[in-house]
Amino acid sequence: MLAFAIRRLFEAALVMVTVALIAFTLFRFVGDPVNQMVGQDTSIEDRLKLREELGLNDPIVVQFGRFLANASRLDFGISYQMKQPVTSIIAERFPATLELALAAALFAIALGIPMGVYTGIHRDSWLSKVFLTVSLIGVSLPTFLIGILLIYVFSVWLGLLPSFGRGEVVDLGLWRTGLLTLSGLKALILPAVTLGLFQMTLVTRLVRSEMLEVLRTDYIKFARARGLPERSINFGHALRNTLVPVITVIGLQLGAIIAFAIITETVFQWPGMGLMFIQAVQNADIPVMAAYLLLVAFLFVFINFVVDLVYVRIDPRIRIFGRAG
Amino acid sequence: MAATEPLLSVRNLKVVFPTRRATLTAVDGVSFDIAAGEVLGVVGESGAGKSLTGAAIIGLLEPPGRIAGGEVHLGGRRIDNLPPEEMRKMRGKRIGMVFQDPLTSLNPLYRIGEQIIETIRTHLRVSEAEARERAVALLQEVGIQGARARIDSYPHAFSGGMRQRVVLALALCAEPDLLIADEPTTALDVSIQAQIIALLKRLCRERGTAVMLITHDMGVIAETADRVAVMYAGRIVEIGPVRDVIKHPHHPYTRGLMGAIPTTGGQASRLVQIPGAMPRLGSIPSGCAFHPRCSHAFDRCRTERPEIMPAGDSKAACWLVGQNAEAVA
Amino acid sequence: MNDPTHVTDGMLAPSAPAERETPGPAPARSRLAAFLDSDLLHSFLRSKLVVVAALLTALIFVAAFLSPVIAPHDPYDLRSLSLLDANTPPAWAQGGDAKYLLGTDDQGRDILSTILYGTRSSLEIGFCSVLLAIALGLSLGLWAGYAGGRVDTVIMRIADVQLTFPAILTALLIDGVALAILKHQTAEGSKFWILVLAIGLSFWVQYARTVRGVTLVERNKEYVEAARLIGIGPVKIMFQHILPNVLGPVLVIATINLALAIITEATLSFLGVGLPPTEPSLGTMIQIGNRYLFSGSWWMVAFPGITLGLLALAVNLLGDWLRDALNPKLR
Repeated sequence: MLAFAIRRLFEAALVMVTVALIAFTLFRFVGDPVNQMVGQDTSIEDRLKLREELGLNDPIVVQFGRFLANASRLDFGISYQMKQPVTSIIAERFPATLELALAAALFAIALGIPMGVYTGIHRDSWLSKVFLTVSLIGVSLPTFLIGILLIYVFSVWLGLLPSFGRGEVVDLGLWRTGLLTLSGLKALILPAVTLGLFQMTLVTRLVRSEMLEVLRTDYIKFARARGLPERSINFGHALRNTLVPVITVIGLQLGAIIAFAIITETVFQWPGMGLMFIQAVQNADIPVMAAYLLLVAFLFVFINFVVDLVYVRIDPRIRIFGRAG
Repeated sequence: MAATEPLLSVRNLKVVFPTRRATLTAVDGVSFDIAAGEVLGVVGESGAGKSLTGAAIIGLLEPPGRIAGGEVHLGGRRIDNLPPEEMRKMRGKRIGMVFQDPLTSLNPLYRIGEQIIETIRTHLRVSEAEARERAVALLQEVGIQGARARIDSYPHAFSGGMRQRVVLALALCAEPDLLIADEPTTALDVSIQAQIIALLKRLCRERGTAVMLITHDMGVIAETADRVAVMYAGRIVEIGPVRDVIKHPHHPYTRGLMGAIPTTGGQASRLVQIPGAMPRLGSIPSGCAFHPRCSHAFDRCRTERPEIMPAGDSKAACWLVGQNAEAVA
Repeated sequence: MNDPTHVTDGMLAPSAPAERETPGPAPARSRLAAFLDSDLLHSFLRSKLVVVAALLTALIFVAAFLSPVIAPHDPYDLRSLSLLDANTPPAWAQGGDAKYLLGTDDQGRDILSTILYGTRSSLEIGFCSVLLAIALGLSLGLWAGYAGGRVDTVIMRIADVQLTFPAILTALLIDGVALAILKHQTAEGSKFWILVLAIGLSFWVQYARTVRGVTLVERNKEYVEAARLIGIGPVKIMFQHILPNVLGPVLVIATINLALAIITEATLSFLGVGLPPTEPSLGTMIQIGNRYLFSGSWWMVAFPGITLGLLALAVNLLGDWLRDALNPKLR
């Protein structure tokens, strides 16, 4: 188990370094840092002096090292567009994205698993067909289209829910939350559903296909041959075996949610990291882009790592033999 | 031979598989009895319909397969047309079944103790503690050393032979009257096969459980069964006491099977091979299904399907037998 | 009693082996007949939904590619636009104009024509990016699988790193970087190729992995060994001998990939980093229209939205069906 963890840690570090390299390359070589920072009429000598001060003439390796050191201290420089330290911008926006992502994940799981179980057990009922149609729509339509559709129905037509922003927020020290006010919660609903719908359909389909496959195994057949009631078979034996691989996939989906938040935040003007990133791309704000990249990479790698460890713990086959089966 | 009613009575069982092109008949008019405590071997090549017959009896045919005709009676009561919940109660309690692969028969995420206790408590009104005691005793009976400790282990902690013992324990824990064993030793090492067969024999004899032993291995039948039914292309071609069928096979197919068994001792004779292969479900010949491969086939064999007719102490579905009987009569 | 059986060596004859397909190309006529009778075609025709989806997709494709011919206006011709005609509702609504069947956008462009031209752009980008992804993934996969060793490790490592990120993020990143680099020199036309590059580069990995897998299997087979022995060079072996075996799975991936590519392009355009408003794709149109949603000009979002939605649904249905139909496990 320890050897496994160490190996995964090493792979994770490798990914991080690669991403850091890409981020650094972006940072240093795309556009000109000096030109971004100074006005039109700064003299050439002043520019050259600035270059020297910023250490832009040092060997590349040294610059990369400095970049890494800064990154580990969460210092990502100054945003070209907003003239503020990147780190403070991210810190301001991170709570919004995280609350949105967790709400979306919750929605996906809370609806996805029951739907998946139901359509797995009752393969041909009409309700299953309804569920599968909904999930087909959810997985086919682009996220932004779903968002706009929801806005049209619930905001424009029915006027029930807000279509942009976070509503009223409460400052809890460093964390600005929208969960403690009614308007905050209302504002969370449509974006969370939009963001979570794709994941929900994935979960439904995954749970369904796992259920179908598990229900065909010999041990289920043997359980039936022993006269065990259908309820025990479906919700005991089948469900337990289904959920083990599903849990890991859900965990991995957290990363995708954070990435897709970019789109949802744009549709709903949700003031999170995703919106920040898009604005950075539109304005060629390299420091912000690079920082976002590193942060997201770290999150993905971290989540993957944790999920791997969890999976090894909950599947007894792997625990003892090191691999399944 | 016994005057009492048989435990299991199967009459003209027909199992079909509707497909896009045609409806395939996998079991075509199979009839046999099993007396209480008796071991009936059902032997034949892969695809002869043996497993499907067993599945049909216990009510576990997988759709689109279904019973299209015939009747199955257990202890005098008809069971093939029971509603699903009634049938479920019979499974485990009155009919048990074990399958070929012990590796996949056990749920890998449940401890074996949990699986046994669950089965016991489904059928018998006992407390958790009592069920656990029974489970331990059962595991000891099937030969698992250190049962009390190992009852909380997961299936993959056991070897193949050990797992099949656990499977037997699971199948018999609710004390069924009939056990259907579908190729119980095929997936095991040759060295373990004999042990498991012996165990099966002993457990069932001690409990008076009747056994329908499905296998393609004639040697196992010779060792274990009281009577044997030979199946070919979904039909029974010969059925009778084991000694009879082995020593004096009447059906040409049975004779072919006997000739294919390697025997030690006696003269080293060459093993025989029946030319051709068993027909596929969609192309079963008219009349006697075996006639294309039979060197004794004559006109009647090609057009009329032979019924089961008495042949010595057994019965066979072959016009040759009928012919001889007429000749004798 | 005569001995009824022949006495030959060997045990009891096994039951008939499962019918095996003869390897290699069958004569063309019987292949057509086999296809018409095949399970694939049957499952296709049996599902009415899939047939409808296929027809719809075909309709959209044809309409898009014929857009210069069938569109009532040319939305890219700036001189033909008149701001006076801007924000016109559809022809059947109050204030509508029969000249503009589905209304106009905020620049006076005919919505119907823009949809046709925009869909065409989206489809072109989709196809090109899939081709790029295939070209890249195929060559890298073949190379990695055939050469093995260091090459394989490096390529697969890169693939793994890229796979930690969702494709949309990769596409966004490449797009953003390209835009930043070309900030001052961006002609409208190059946006097309930037998108093709961004989307193509985000999707090569799946092809590479699959191709590599097949290559690893094929590499050890005798016909490859034989070719190597008679001195055929590795490149020729890869492309002439291994490639045909790989095309099947690649095709399946490509179909599903196309849907994803179209949606990715639409998303990038919606986010403002795709095709510009002067030559908009469906995504761009939706972005523009979104601004007018509350002010009542619903048609600017609705029609492009419906078109994109139908296209996405249809292609996804087809991809789903194809994947299920070719999956032996579900038969």
